[in-house]
Formats: sequence, structure tokens, C-alpha cells
Amino acid sequence: MSTTSTSATQVLFDAPGPRGRRRILLISIVSLLAILALIALGLWQFQRNGQLAAEKWLPYLRRDYIAFLGKGLLGTLEATAVAAVIAFPFGLVLALGRISRARALSAISAVWIEFFRGIPMLLVVYAFLLALPAYGVNLPRFWMLVVPMSLVSSASTAEVFRAGIGAVDRGQDEASSAIGLSRGQTMRYVILPQAVRLVLPSLILALVSLLKDSTLGFVVSYNELQFQGKTMVSITRFLVQTYLVVSVIYIVLNFLLTKAAGLLERRMRRRAAEGTGRSR
Amino acid sequence: MQIILDNIPLLLQGIGTTIALTVLGYAFALVLGTALAVCRVSPIPPLRWAATVYVEIFRNIPLLSLLILLAFGLPDAGVLLPYFWCGVAGLSLSGAAFVCENIRSGINTVPIGHAEAARSIGLGFFGVLRFVVLPQAFRTMVQPLVNVFIATVIGSSLCAAISVVEITYVTQQLNIASAQAVLLFLVAGALYLALSLGVAYLGRRVERAVAPGGSRPLRTADRLQGAAQA
Repeated sequence: MSTTSTSATQVLFDAPGPRGRRRILLISIVSLLAILALIALGLWQFQRNGQLAAEKWLPYLRRDYIAFLGKGLLGTLEATAVAAVIAFPFGLVLALGRISRARALSAISAVWIEFFRGIPMLLVVYAFLLALPAYGVNLPRFWMLVVPMSLVSSASTAEVFRAGIGAVDRGQDEASSAIGLSRGQTMRYVILPQAVRLVLPSLILALVSLLKDSTLGFVVSYNELQFQGKTMVSITRFLVQTYLVVSVIYIVLNFLLTKAAGLLERRMRRRAAEGTGRSR
Repeated sequence: MQIILDNIPLLLQGIGTTIALTVLGYAFALVLGTALAVCRVSPIPPLRWAATVYVEIFRNIPLLSLLILLAFGLPDAGVLLPYFWCGVAGLSLSGAAFVCENIRSGINTVPIGHAEAARSIGLGFFGVLRFVVLPQAFRTMVQPLVNVFIATVIGSSLCAAISVVEITYVTQQLNIASAQAVLLFLVAGALYLALSLGVAYLGRRVERAVAPGGSRPLRTADRLQGAAQA
């Protein structure tokens, strides 16, 4: 991250001279003070409304509070993991369908992908929650959350896989047909292994959006983190505190996943550069 | 079908609210996101740090958590906003983080040599930005910025969870009243599809318009990132 921000800075600025450096220092001090003032203002607003009182924050160190939210965290991770296990292979199948030469297959995949990328997941969740029971389909709450998550994610991961397949060098395709591999064999032995490797970082980012989608458990009363927070608020009345704690947990989890994706991508790019002896 | 015909005013109100949420949320996201991007590429360290922290927080928080915090949490801290504006605020705050990242990576795709060349012929900071960097960066930014817009359309549905009367909320209410689930959800789905596909189409037109020499092939990394964000 530091390298990219340096390069953006290099694009736009010359290395500053002595006067420039003084000016940068001055503006830095002023903006630092402004940022601190903004934070202080926020804290003061909270303090004035009694939201910083210790008795409203200390309970979150108690074992029963932690256990309660921990159960939600487990629910969140479980829903995310199961949805990923369903959605990712399905997304790959959709991507292969989309690029298939069979017209009908390609059209069906395209419609599926556009449909689930173009509508909000909340609508799908409501359809599962409110529509299906009228037709005698009563899913457990876990699946009312996980099936919509998988449907929506399958469409976006299909696009990830398609981009990955498109990113494999064309020469690979030509070389494998030259040694007599069929289209299916080329895909299976040559293109896919490389494509899947290429999209690994993007798949980790897809986990981030799955984790965010799992908050809709709030709507179907599946005990993931956001819903556990809601339940906790109805008992303790610590509204700001609970939802802040819950949000911070999401931010930390997603931050770590985003970082992992970035790390993996940089490592793969370095490997690729070493492997071919070219630097990109 | 009757339920749709009987409730056309309500449906229109829902559509209007969804569009208002999206347009306002996206407009503020663009402004705030651009300001953040300027901070992130500026030589002022505290501004860079603050913008980085902002981006990490707001692109990693689930939109629903943010909306709930704004709608139900802020009143306890003495800030009262109508639910509609909580929705707009949530969409803008989270959209701005993505806009910032897109602008920054757009600027990064411009080769440093171009900027150096521009500076060596005597262009100042704003000259470099206006005549050399931004015109090139903008081309790679169109598609990701359209993706942020579509994400805003889709994200606006979450405002139903904080009782903003937009398409999803109206659909859910009508379903409770009439139990015409399949019809209602198909209509609502079609409305969202029309909005997102329409915007995607416009985006492709704009992209073609700003790329004079035909569409420029994107780098693999950009394409993968675009697909992941969509």
C-alpha cells in the first residue's frame, strides 16, 4: 500500500525543495490539529449524551457478553463459509457455461448472471422469507440466509472466473490445440489451473462481500452477528455500544481478508515476474 | 395484477425514493470520494493517514451495519436525522471509500514518465493533473465508477431495513397485504434490473466516448478487480 501511494504522489508532485518542505510541514500540523478537533468534537457529542459512561462499555469485557456476541460471530462465519462452498464452484460452472459455444447454455448462464448481479439480495431474502412459505416451502432460517447469499455470490464469482479465464495468455490456448488437446482438455488441463490461481485474490475479496451479505441474517432472524447485536440491544438497551462493537468486528474481519487478498496478489505477481524473468 | 394497478401511486413513490436515494447517495459519494483521493495522493502525511483509515473503515463495514448505526445509534448520541437522510448518508459514506480507491488506482495507471514529461515542459501541479493525468486516468475510471453507481442502486434496497419507503420496502408491505408474492417480487426485481442494466449500458457508452482510439485493453489486475467489485 505504501508503494502505491508513493507512486501516485510521484506522478503528481516533484520532490519538494526547502520551501516546499516547510509548507508541507505547516499544512501537516494544521490538518493534524483539524483532524484531532473533529475526533474531539465527536467524542464530546457522545460524552454530552452520556454514551461514554464506563458502565455502558465495561460489560463488553464480561464473559456472558463475549459469549453472546461470539455465538453471533460463529453464525456469521458458518453462513459465510457454507455460502462460499456452494457459490464458488457454482460460479465456475456458470462462467464455463457463459463462455460455452452452446448458444442455449451460454444464454441461460448470461441471464442468471445478469439477473443476480442486478437485483438486491434483500429482495431475494424477502422472496425466500415471505414468498416460498406460501407455496409450502419452509426452509430453516440458516438456509433462508445462505441460499440467497449463494445465489447472489454465484453470479458475481462467475464474472470473476470469466475474467480469470480471459486473462490467461492466448498463446496457452493455441499451444494446447497445437499439441492436439481438445477444447475441453485445454480448458481442464491448461487454462483452468492457471485461471483459478489468478483469481484467488479476487475470491478472497468475494468472501468479504459474502461476510457483508450475511448481515441480512438480521432480517430472517438467523443468529449471526448483526442479529445477535439486535437481540442484545433489546435486552441491554446499549444501542450505540452494541452496534459499534459489532461493526468493529466486521471491519476487522474484512480488513484482514482484504489485506490477505492484497498480499497474495503481490506475491503471485512477484512469482510470475521471477518465473518468466520479466518484470511487470 | 390488480394489486399492482391498485397501488401505482405507492409503487411510484417507492421508485422515486429509490432513485432519490441512489442519485443523492452517489453524488455525495463522488464529491467526498474525490476529496479523499486527493488527500490520499497528497504530500501531507496526516491527510494521507486520515483518508487511508477512512477508506479501510468504510469499505469494510457492511452497509446494513452502517445504516443501522446511523438510523438507530446516532439518535442516542444526540444526532437526529430523518431515516431517508440516514440512508443517503450511509450510501455516501460507504460509496466514497470505493470512489476514492477507484480514482486513486486510476491515477496510478498513468505512467510516471507522462507526468515527468509534463512537468519538464513547465506544467504546474494543476496543469499536470488537468491536461495529462486526469484525461488518461478518467478512461480507466469510468467502468469502476459505474460499478459503484450500480452498487449504490442495489445498496439502496437495504434502506428498507431502516423503514425508508423505497422499492423493496413497498414490495414487502404489499406482499404482507396481498400475499401476491411471486408477482410482486418479479415486478420489483424487474425494476432494479432496469435501473442497473440501464446504468451499465450508459456507462459503456460513456466509456466508448472517452476512449478515442477504440477501447483500450485493461491490465489483467484491473479487470480482475473490476469483476470482484461488481
